Amino acid sequence: MRHLILLNALLLFFALSSCSDSASQAGENEQADTEEAAKEEKAAPKAVAQPADGVAVGEKAPAFELKNVDGERYALDNIKDANGEKPEGYIVIFTCNTCPYAVASEQRIIDLHNKYAPQGYPVVAIQPNDPAAQPGDSFEKMQERAKEMGYPFLYLFDEGQNVYPAYGATRTPEVFLLDADKVVRYHGAIDDSVRDPEAVEEKFLEKAIETLKKGEAPSPAVTKAVGCTIKTV
Amino acid sequence: MLSRLFFLLCCSAVVLSCQSPPSNEDPKKQADPEALKTQNESPATSAVMPLSKKWPQADSTLAGLPIYTTFDEIAPLFEQDNDTTYVINFWATWCKPCVKELPYFEALNTSLQGQKAKVILVSLDFPKKVKSSLIPFVEKHQLQSEVLVLLDGKYNDWIDRVDPKWTGAIPATLIYKGQHRRFIGEAVEDTNELQAAVEEIARR
Repeated sequence: MRHLILLNALLLFFALSSCSDSASQAGENEQADTEEAAKEEKAAPKAVAQPADGVAVGEKAPAFELKNVDGERYALDNIKDANGEKPEGYIVIFTCNTCPYAVASEQRIIDLHNKYAPQGYPVVAIQPNDPAAQPGDSFEKMQERAKEMGYPFLYLFDEGQNVYPAYGATRTPEVFLLDADKVVRYHGAIDDSVRDPEAVEEKFLEKAIETLKKGEAPSPAVTKAVGCTIKTV
Repeated sequence: MLSRLFFLLCCSAVVLSCQSPPSNEDPKKQADPEALKTQNESPATSAVMPLSKKWPQADSTLAGLPIYTTFDEIAPLFEQDNDTTYVINFWATWCKPCVKELPYFEALNTSLQGQKAKVILVSLDFPKKVKSSLIPFVEKHQLQSEVLVLLDGKYNDWIDRVDPKWTGAIPATLIYKGQHRRFIGEAVEDTNELQAAVEEIARR
């Protein structure tokens, strides 16, 4: 019975296809489409700059050693919290000088560090843009900005641009919240209104930190926001 | 028995549909006059289309640019089910790679004239920049593609509705025709790359 219905559906399909030239072409293409779609699926990660090789929630964050605006080099393994202790977690934020969303988030990032670094969760800001593509994000400009705004957190330069792809970051600002073991526990936006601090209704990141402090898994563990593409040459 | 009845019904439906006037009067197109209307003036309401599929009308316009406050209002833009290919680009005037690729979209728009295709540039400029940056930009560059403004800043609520693969980085471009989709989550290299991507969807 089911076969008969299927057969009829097929017949209907072919009959319809033969109605006009354009429809019949569409019918013939159907099979090819599926094959092409399958190919496209495989090729997709490259084409869309997806974090195919990035780090997912639940995975260990890639180690790094980068130059800070103070001229010193810092490794993820030896960053301390505000009390000079080994952190309970790390608020890794890919951000920069030039992106309007990053600029709009700047004060929020400063406030986050001031609030959470004493509680064991320091902000570790990483500037991923290539200054050759975005001169406003040169190391010197980073130093200027950090000084001008009195950044209380590390502002590291992803020189050579190896760190952001390892994390799978694609935009600024973009947050990875790590626990004490450097496992990613939250990934995404600081809150639900990157553009306008006045319109924030949900502080995703703060909620994630508070949840993590209770030894629970943040939810949502992943959020999204519009941001500036990380600039490469 | 039932299936035989079904078969007969199908056959008669086919015969009937084949009697309707030939291909350039595509019935799908008749059912969706909204898709092409926005090129003219404000779209008239049509009782034929279900509400959700209607081409969205903006809350307001500023210097001729339709302004949408929420993604919900603009959502039907991504759900048109007809034989038109839609090329929807997210950009902002301050976004360098976006501005760099705009000419490719403009060239595409020109080359698609007279075809069942539509280029739409969705500006994500900050609300306070619409008047001071976006409008002067559109006028200065004489953009011919349709420019819309989307003000909805609750991005986490709607990014996945455009495409789950979208991380939120701009520029980003969605090309679709009916169920066929291609999402490009980064800047396109040149006009050729864009044209090829659009043609691939359009010929389906």
